[in-house]
Amino acid sequence: MTASRFKLGRRFVIGVPYLWLVICFALPALILLRISVTDMGEGLDPFAPILRQVEGQWQLVLKLDNYFSLFNSTANPLDWRLGRTLYTDAFLLSLKYASLTTVLCLVLGYPFAYFLARAPEHRRPILLMVVMLPFWTSFLLRVYAWKGILADQGLINNLLMWSGLTHEPVPLLYNDVSMLLGMTYVYCPFMILPLYATLVKMDLSLLEAAHDLGASPWEAFWLITVPLSRPGIVAGAMLVFIPALGEFVIPSLLGGAENLMIGRVIWDEMFSSNNWPRASALSMLMVFFILLPLAWHHRRRTPNPEQGAVT
Amino acid sequence: MNNVAPPTEESSVSQAGEAYLSTHELVKRFDHVFAVDQVTLEIKKGEIFALVGSSGCGKSTLLRLLAGFETPESGTVTLNGMDIAHLQPFERPINMMFQSYALFPHLNIWENIAFGLKREGMPKAQIAARVDEMLQLVQLTAYAKRKPHQISGGQQQRVALARSLAKKPKLLLLDEPLGALDKKLREQTQIELVNIIESIGVTCVMVTHDQEEAMSMATRIAVMSHGRILQVGTPKEIYETPNCRFVADFIGNVNLLEGILSLDAADHCQVTTPQGVISIGHGITGSLGMKVAVAIRPEKIKLSSQKPLIDVNLFRGVVKEISYFGSYSTYLVATDQGHIFKITEINATRLDNSDITWGDAVYFWWNDSVPVVLMQ
Repeated sequence: MTASRFKLGRRFVIGVPYLWLVICFALPALILLRISVTDMGEGLDPFAPILRQVEGQWQLVLKLDNYFSLFNSTANPLDWRLGRTLYTDAFLLSLKYASLTTVLCLVLGYPFAYFLARAPEHRRPILLMVVMLPFWTSFLLRVYAWKGILADQGLINNLLMWSGLTHEPVPLLYNDVSMLLGMTYVYCPFMILPLYATLVKMDLSLLEAAHDLGASPWEAFWLITVPLSRPGIVAGAMLVFIPALGEFVIPSLLGGAENLMIGRVIWDEMFSSNNWPRASALSMLMVFFILLPLAWHHRRRTPNPEQGAVT
Repeated sequence: MNNVAPPTEESSVSQAGEAYLSTHELVKRFDHVFAVDQVTLEIKKGEIFALVGSSGCGKSTLLRLLAGFETPESGTVTLNGMDIAHLQPFERPINMMFQSYALFPHLNIWENIAFGLKREGMPKAQIAARVDEMLQLVQLTAYAKRKPHQISGGQQQRVALARSLAKKPKLLLLDEPLGALDKKLREQTQIELVNIIESIGVTCVMVTHDQEEAMSMATRIAVMSHGRILQVGTPKEIYETPNCRFVADFIGNVNLLEGILSLDAADHCQVTTPQGVISIGHGITGSLGMKVAVAIRPEKIKLSSQKPLIDVNLFRGVVKEISYFGSYSTYLVATDQGHIFKITEINATRLDNSDITWGDAVYFWWNDSVPVVLMQ
C-alpha cells in the first residue's frame, strides 16, 4: 500500500514538470507548426482550417509555400530556383553574430572560469557571486545602460572629448561592434558557469603527471586541461549560441539598422506584415537549425556500446 | 651516537661519490609547520628505497620535493652529481607513479604511455617501438586501444608504471604504489613491481604507510616522523635493531618496557623494570641509573604452561586474551604487576590443540639476544 502510494507520489513529482513542458512548450510549438502551413488566403485568418470539405470530400491543405518562399526570391510561384532572400541573409547574419558572440564569450570566459576554479576554495563562492551579480538587475536595464555608455553624449565619448583625444563624438552605438559587445556581455555568464563546473572537478594530479612527463605548463594546458574541459566548452557554447541566434532585444537596441537578424525579421513578419504563417515558418526553421547542433551533441554523448565495454 | 645497534656495513652512511641521489638538510614548511625538517639522505644507484611513516609525517612532501612539485626552503637535492633542487618538474629526469595513477582519461593506454616520449620530440617510429616495449613489459599489449576507465584497477596500476618508465628516468618515484589495490592483489603486485623495477635497474624511491609493503619491496627503509628521518637501514636492521621507541613501535609489534639501567658491561647489560630484571646480550653506551626502554618482539618470546629449566628473563603471567589468526596466534599475558605482554606463537602443526587457554597461568621467557635497549 505504501509502495503504491510512493509510486503515485513519484509519478506526480515527475508529472508536474512534464505537464508544464507540454502546456508551455510543446503545445505552442504545435500551434506554431500548424499556423506555418496555413494558407493565408484573403481572410487573413491564421487559424483557417487545414482540413476542410470540398464537394463532399475531406481535403488536407498544407501550404508548404510558406517555407518555400523563404528561399525563393522570385514572386513567380512556378519558379523553383532557390536563391538569396531577405530571410536567408538574416539567417546567415544571425549565424555569424551568434558564432562570433560564442567565440568572444569563450575567449573571455575561459580564463575567468579557470581563475575561478583554481581560486582557494573559501573564495570561490564570492567569485561565483560576482559572475552572477549582473542577474540581479533586469536584462533590459543592463542593455540600456550600454546605450548610456556608448551614446554620442555617453560616458566614453564624454571622456574622450574631455581628455581632448577627439573633438567630435565617435559613433560607438548602432553598429555590429556595439551589438556584439552587448551580446557578449549578456551571455558571458552562461559560458563561465558550465566551464567552471567542469574545470573545478578536474583532478589536478593529472596536470602534475603531465609536468612530470615533460610537458610545460602551456603544453599541459592544451593537452590536458582543454580536452578535459570540452564538456564545459560544448555546454557553454550551446547556452550562448542558441539564445544568441534568435536574439531580438540586443540587436534592436544596440545594433544598426543594416544588421537585420532573424529574430527581428520574425517580429516584423508577425507584427508589421501580419503574415503569421510566414513568421511561424521562419520560427520553425530556426528551431530546426537549433535542433541540429543539439542532436549532434546528443549523438556524441551517447556512449557507443562497443567502446563502453568494461572488463 | 644514540644508535644502540652495532653498525653494519649497509647501515653506515655511504661514502662520498657513491650516493646517486642525495638530499642535504632539505627543509620545507607549510604555514610555519615543518613538513620536511633537515632531511639528509643518500641513496645508491639501483636501490629501492622506501620512505615510511604515519600520515602527515612528511614522506609525501619529501617525495614531491624530489619530483619538483614543491620547492625546498633550503637544502640541496643532487641527482647523479647534478643539483636539481630548483629545476621544474618537467625539466627533471625523474618520473613519478602517482597514488591515484593520474592516467589521462581522454587518452587511451597507448597514448598515455607515449605522452612523455612525445614531449621529448622523439621520432614517431621510436615512440611506437618504445611504447610497444613498455606494453609488453607490463603485459598489456592487448589493451593498447582501451581508455583508462575501461580496464581494471590492477591494469591501471601497470599502465601508470609503464608510463613512468617509458622515458627511462634516472629516478623512479612511487607514491603509495599499491595503495589503491585490494589486499590479495597487493601481495601479488608487490612481487611483480619489484621484478619489473629490478629488471630495468632503475633507482627507485617509494612512499608507503604500509610497513609490510616497505619491508618486502625495499632494499633500504627510512622511517620518518614529524618531518624528520629517525632511522635508515635495511628492513632487517630496522626491525631487529630499531634505534628509538617510535621506530620499534611503528615497524611491527613490540613490547616496550620502561626501566633503569642497573648493570653495564662491555658485552652485556641489565635493565631493572617493574616486571623484573631483564638481561640483555649487548653492551650500550650509557650511564648506570639512566632511564631506558627495552623492546621485545612478540614472536621472539617463548610461552609454556610448564616451568622451563632456566631462570634468566623468565616471567610469569595469566592469559587474558587469545587471538587466532590462522598461521599464528597472539596471546595477551598479564603479569602480576598488571603489565600486558603480547606474545605470538606460530601454529606450525594442524589441529595443534595447545593446552594454553584463557585464564591459565603461564611462563614466558626469551633469549638474552632478543631484547633491544632504546634510549630515545
